[in-house]
Amino acid sequence: MKIAISSTGRDLESAIDPRFGRAEFFVLYDTDSKQCEAVENLAVTSSGGAGIATAQMMSDKNVEAVVTGNVGPNAMSVLRTAGIKIFRGNADTVGRNIENFNKGVLETIETTVAPHSGMGGQRGRG
Amino acid sequence: MKIAVLSGKGGTGKTTVSASLASALNKCQYIDCDVEEPNGAIFMKPQIAGSEDVTVMTPVIDEALCVGCGACAKACRFHALALAGKKVLVFSELCHSCGACMIACRQNAISESSRSIGVVASDAEGLFLQGRLNVGESIAVPIIRKLKQMLRCDIPVVLDSPPGASCTVVNTIEDCDYCLLVTEPTPFGLHDLQIAVQLVRSMGIDFGVVINKAAENDSTIHEHCTANNIPVLMETPFSKSIAERYSRGLLPVHNDRVWQMKFMNLYEQIARRCRK
Repeated sequence: MKIAISSTGRDLESAIDPRFGRAEFFVLYDTDSKQCEAVENLAVTSSGGAGIATAQMMSDKNVEAVVTGNVGPNAMSVLRTAGIKIFRGNADTVGRNIENFNKGVLETIETTVAPHSGMGGQRGRG
Repeated sequence: MKIAVLSGKGGTGKTTVSASLASALNKCQYIDCDVEEPNGAIFMKPQIAGSEDVTVMTPVIDEALCVGCGACAKACRFHALALAGKKVLVFSELCHSCGACMIACRQNAISESSRSIGVVASDAEGLFLQGRLNVGESIAVPIIRKLKQMLRCDIPVVLDSPPGASCTVVNTIEDCDYCLLVTEPTPFGLHDLQIAVQLVRSMGIDFGVVINKAAENDSTIHEHCTANNIPVLMETPFSKSIAERYSRGLLPVHNDRVWQMKFMNLYEQIARRCRK
């Protein structure tokens, strides 16, 4: 099973990024082969729809579960439609969140945060 | 003649200046382009005679024809479409109605449907116009475009711009003959005035400054304007009597011959500059 963890860096020691759509990186981890790979999130700089684009990338990469902090309503809608499970990270690093995922001690995320929560007070452009 | 009133910074007095200017003139069209907070009507007290929906086109996916190739989502620059597994999701509020998805779709599975994003309203003579964007919508430009289609060519027009310096402001001031930049003598007023000046200069529109809430002992804005060759056309003082009238929704020109003359004079200055 392929899982994706929103991350501030490229490796297992990196801190988890609590934002989904505006996370700089995702660490993809295959629970069967134990292989991991980092992908840059190109949606991070987009002026709108970052959560949608990020969720679409998860679907394109055949990710089956994401581990993150906060998910907006649009991203949630894409992830759910694609059948991707959403878990809330509960440890500091990417690696420790993978361990917790494997142990089955991560909670699923059922509620969304407000749109643009990960944008740090910027205003969108019309 | 079309005069746009803008400021960059919010709360400097764009609506006070534009409504005063419009009220001081004999016959003039006032257009409230601040469609997110259209409050010029509080000063202008128009009798609204009619309103019209503003609609935009957004894509509709025919799931019977869609093969889930994702070409539409790839074509969309605004992330208004997403391919989730094999299903295409549409996020209408992000759509800019460009139609790229319809061109990209090889299955002809995309059609368009119209969706209301707000209204434009006017009085019987069309001398007062205002637009209103529905709460939750993010794209205001179609409402401003609709307002500008209703612009009168036979009388002076005053356009009350939204704050900021992005798309809505650009669309408001585009094709105007003159821009009036309202500012206040604070570091914030000056900072945002500089952005507004950059905008109007890059669009090649002639402009001048009105200093609102001007204080006698503060020359920050004057110094900046002199150094940068920007004409200051008028000052309205930081005055208790103006503030009191404002708090009751009344303009400085309300029952005040002196202020009416000052705003008529402001119009004359602009008209002279436009004739040059």
